[in-house]
Amino acid sequence: MSFATEPQGGAQPVSHPARGPGDRLTGLFWRNPRLLTALLIAPPLIWLGVVYLGSLAALLLQSFYSIDEFSGVVVREFTLRTYGELFRPANLDIIVRTTTMAASVTLASAVLAFPIAYFAARYARGRWKAAFYLGIMLPLWSSYLVKVYAWKLILAKEGIITWAADSIGATPLLNAALALPVVGGNSLSTSYIGTFLVFVYVWLPYMILPMQAALERVPVSMLEASADLGATPRQTLRRVILPMAMPGVIAGSIFTFSLTLGDYIIPQIVGSSRLFIGQAVYQLQGTAGNIPLAAAFAVVPIVVMLVYLSLAKRQGAFDAL
Amino acid sequence: MTTRNRRGLAAIAPTLLASTALGVGLNPALAQMTEVGASEGQVNIVAWPGYIERGETDAAYDWVTRFEESSGCKVNVKTANTSDEMVALMNEGGFDLVTASGDASLRLVAGKRVQPINIDLIPSWKNVDDRLKEAPWYVVDGVHYGVPYQWGPNVLMYNTEVFKEPPTSWNVVFEEMTLPDGKSNMGRVQAYDGPIHIADAAQYLMAHKPELGITSPYALNEDQYAAALELLRGQRKLVSRYWHDAFIQMDDFKNEGVVASGSWPFQVNLLQGEGFPVASTIPSEGATGWADTTMMHADAANPNCAYKWIEHTLSSNLQSDLSVWFGANPVVPSACTDGSGMQTAEGCKTNGFEDFDRIRFWTTPVSTCAAGTCVPYYRWVSDYIGVIGGR
Repeated sequence: MSFATEPQGGAQPVSHPARGPGDRLTGLFWRNPRLLTALLIAPPLIWLGVVYLGSLAALLLQSFYSIDEFSGVVVREFTLRTYGELFRPANLDIIVRTTTMAASVTLASAVLAFPIAYFAARYARGRWKAAFYLGIMLPLWSSYLVKVYAWKLILAKEGIITWAADSIGATPLLNAALALPVVGGNSLSTSYIGTFLVFVYVWLPYMILPMQAALERVPVSMLEASADLGATPRQTLRRVILPMAMPGVIAGSIFTFSLTLGDYIIPQIVGSSRLFIGQAVYQLQGTAGNIPLAAAFAVVPIVVMLVYLSLAKRQGAFDAL
Repeated sequence: MTTRNRRGLAAIAPTLLASTALGVGLNPALAQMTEVGASEGQVNIVAWPGYIERGETDAAYDWVTRFEESSGCKVNVKTANTSDEMVALMNEGGFDLVTASGDASLRLVAGKRVQPINIDLIPSWKNVDDRLKEAPWYVVDGVHYGVPYQWGPNVLMYNTEVFKEPPTSWNVVFEEMTLPDGKSNMGRVQAYDGPIHIADAAQYLMAHKPELGITSPYALNEDQYAAALELLRGQRKLVSRYWHDAFIQMDDFKNEGVVASGSWPFQVNLLQGEGFPVASTIPSEGATGWADTTMMHADAANPNCAYKWIEHTLSSNLQSDLSVWFGANPVVPSACTDGSGMQTAEGCKTNGFEDFDRIRFWTTPVSTCAAGTCVPYYRWVSDYIGVIGGR
């Protein structure tokens, strides 16, 4: 408009510089703040929705198909028959074996991790603290496979542990452990004990770190108050520290539990060749072409985790979050 | 056994073979080539890891570079770890050749994924081992759907300090017994961690329980199958860990006190190379084995280069080096003795070259068999999982 011909109501005419596309976009976002939010959040949402949940849905879908026993071809008709197969004794064994292992690994990790995390959170200072972090994280930086193969050698019949036990005269003790029914075996590296030890070693950092974070958040004043009110150290631990550290324990246990449930490499290298869920999935989809049963097996850890989380929630594990 | 962890594999990749029973009904006679023309400039091959080496893993093992220079065909290799994967890749298309194992080959023929090979266009065909020229895993109704590439037995590997004489029977891994060193074999033997091991048990029963009437370890009726599983349940008590990965088995021979197990010449060669006291034998019952074939896609885009490659695979030099690299046997007998590569007559003997007639080559168990109805591979898989799990 031209102010020379049509001045308006005495107001000083304003001259805007030409508005570029950037300005217009800014204006658009200023008028519709939600649009910007939606645009920013869309890529991660698409990732979560399509790539992540989408593949999960595809997996679920597969598990409702079945395999034709005669030709071995996947029949694309909905049926619960494949889930029924999970309840065959051999398959049920795999599920029970894996869940029991995951539960024992989680328990052992929690028991081992607590004192370490407690010391690191409350007493370690300066250099010591750095050393602690390094000590916990260092194993995570080396290859998982290298660690597992190393453990196979450590636990072997002619390995370091057997040799050490022999040197200190503890061989009868080792043999007694290996003679235990079910968990024992010919050597540590071919028994459940060995598999368990390696699992605990590999997943322990995932328990320590969240536990330490939770313990660091427990205010010292509360501990002092507890002591002032006459609580014994044991009572303080049970009534104050543990409840406040619980979210960390739960977070850690989710890691160790689900990681053990899904692992298929450790039990293949160290153990008695009895299958775990991950291995069953691997064999069924790769070797046998039985994708429906593999998918049904893959659903098991999801269900187990859901049950576990709902139990934890009922126990009030997430109240402090 | 077909897919093995082949060399270069520190991978964990378990690799067993493949699967699915195929409905039969093979339909031959598609058009075949009548002459080899000019190079298309490339050839695309699906192969087992370690099967086609261009000197990148070990400079001494290279059978691609010279071919590329002389033929003008660039070789593109896509490796596959299981027969299923190979069949899937061939179904997708875009490849000219595949090194198919005994179970995949007939599936590919049945699915019309591969075309007949005109053996008149392959001058070196005359050098191929006569024992393989009409092998049933790639010749259907007299039509050749490929050209043999390599084969090998599943041998019995044993510790020579425990066995002064080679074991004469597979019973050392199947039945509880006292070994020559006076100790039980409990916990000191291994078995293969794959359903195909049921065939080894069936083969053992062929010799020791003739009343079962087993004619082929890959075609078992319900009774024969049940007997094989029973034998394997007994074996579970002897075996601490089943072997899956060639390198883990070698480690178990070194550190776990394992003294006898079914194995591949590959492990035997490597352990002997390290000076470890092992040797291998094919016991009186015979052995199972694998035989691979180079097959050509029905819609191969580069047929001329494909034919040139097939001709090249039969050269004595390639067969000789490949058989050393892989612990397998050449399909061209002269490769063992003519010094064209690294293989020697003694090496071929270790790899089982003279035992061809005692080897029952791996094929996929299917429901329809000569005897009527047989237990299909699908059930072998689930039942073997049960056996290892102690069921």
